[in-house]
Amino acid sequence: MILSKHLLLLGFLVIITGASVLLSLLSGSVELSFLQLVGELFRPQDRLEYQVLWEIRIPRTLAAFTTGGLLALSGVIMQVLLRNPLADPYILGISGGSAVGALSAILLGLNSFWLNNAAFAGALFSIFLVFGIANKFGRWSVTRLLLTGVVVSAGWGAVINILLTTSSTNNVQSMLFWLMGDLSQSTVGLKHGLLLLVAVLGGLYVARSLNVLARGELVATSLGVNIDALRLLLYFAASIFTATAVTIAGSVGFVGLVIPHALRMLGARDHRILLPYSILLGGSFLVIADSLARTLIAPQQLPVGVVTAIIGVPSFIIILRSTITK
Amino acid sequence: MMPCLEIKSLTLRIEDKILIRDLNLAVNSNERWGLLGRNGAGKTSLLHTIIGIKKYNSGSIQIDGKEVSSLARSYAAARVGILFQEGIDILPGTVFETVMLGRHPHVQSILKDDPRDIEIARGALRDLNLDGLEERQIDTLSGGERQRVALAMLITQMPQLYLLDEPSNHLDVANQVQLLGHLQRRISQLSASLLMATHDINLAARFCDNIVLLMKNGEYLSGPNQDILTEKNLSRAYDCPVRSISAEGFTLHYPY
Repeated sequence: MILSKHLLLLGFLVIITGASVLLSLLSGSVELSFLQLVGELFRPQDRLEYQVLWEIRIPRTLAAFTTGGLLALSGVIMQVLLRNPLADPYILGISGGSAVGALSAILLGLNSFWLNNAAFAGALFSIFLVFGIANKFGRWSVTRLLLTGVVVSAGWGAVINILLTTSSTNNVQSMLFWLMGDLSQSTVGLKHGLLLLVAVLGGLYVARSLNVLARGELVATSLGVNIDALRLLLYFAASIFTATAVTIAGSVGFVGLVIPHALRMLGARDHRILLPYSILLGGSFLVIADSLARTLIAPQQLPVGVVTAIIGVPSFIIILRSTITK
Repeated sequence: MMPCLEIKSLTLRIEDKILIRDLNLAVNSNERWGLLGRNGAGKTSLLHTIIGIKKYNSGSIQIDGKEVSSLARSYAAARVGILFQEGIDILPGTVFETVMLGRHPHVQSILKDDPRDIEIARGALRDLNLDGLEERQIDTLSGGERQRVALAMLITQMPQLYLLDEPSNHLDVANQVQLLGHLQRRISQLSASLLMATHDINLAARFCDNIVLLMKNGEYLSGPNQDILTEKNLSRAYDCPVRSISAEGFTLHYPY
């Protein structure tokens, strides 16, 4: 029953996902028609089109989808964990820590391998820092976690500003792209696919408990949910998803805040539906945004984070208005 | 027969202050207990301790003969249900989705909703006159409707022991009498039991056959309704003169 009720939405999401992938594979400086695309996919030949498709566009599309999916998923979890509709994947300072790692790597002139590792390390450090401070005196409350995260975020913000103001103009350009979120250097591998799979299966396993937790910790406890274990799981899961996403693409804004709300407004409030659907919508949203980022002012590229805000803000307002009048 | 709830020499503290000293209480099936006392006397703390949200480190609380502190959460939730004072409307959700959550301690499948669970939830909605509101968002409801949704969720949970914290909050007199009357019938059908914290002495007098009256300094009185709800006891407990009059088969208590 729960599935059939949302089949329409699922159909819509599948179409959006397919269309976004198609758009992404077809857009770019090298012209590629739909027929050529199909030809290259099924009868690969060693030509320019082959390289453009298999070495540039497909990896980038996958990277965009993975990043968007992880961010939306993390947003859903953070909003339930903190029971705050304003929560997003970055609210607890993970992107700040990651940014300090990445910007330091840029400052030191390290290659993209080390940049990614530095970004991930920074995120991990921030995750444990926030958890350690919030948890120091025994039981951690949501308010305590939120306050700690916000304060640590502010601290990272200051460090980021120091790095930006003391760096050379060249570096500042790359730093700004990283901070706004950029997919031009991004790659994903099998491990990212596995992470998404584990996220979906694990998410479905705890989805009912999330439904209860959304009603508050007292209610959830009284209905038999082991809050302490669940909170721990949610904090670390959402954190790892965020850390992975920012390591792939920098801190792309907006996806993690808006996609969960958009889906809730479209009726997918049950986490058995919301978690998997958020991956589809978050992923395809970022794929579309990235296609536009590559083509809007071609040959120059925009940071994808700018585009997510440009499309995200009006579409969110439209959904908000159309659901409020009901 | 073993009592549903058995409390032995329980002492409840907040920081260093003793709220209730050496409480002994046995609630059997088919019994309805009222929990009365001044603001801050420890009514909510006691309910939260029974359900395992608040820890206790003296005495013992047993549900069906098993110590609460060692019970698995899911087991406890299938036996004991509580109506909280606080709301249930933090993130958006519809009336039906919310009431269905009451089945959480009982559900088997990770993904699918059992048609029997859906039927139980629909039955609870009908019982509380909420049919027709299934698809409404919780945050668009009035205070009284929300309280009825919370009660429907509790009924859907089908516990053996019902704990109610200020059930009459937001309810008009008609709803108070109707809903508590419904709950009363429900409890006797299921041979369940009830412990209800309230400020409304008359509501407790009407629906509860036994009373725990929390006094000052951690003392308490407990026993049958008529024995406990006397002018003398109530005046002492509330630190304010309380008078009682009898009319048309009811005894009414009022501050004087």
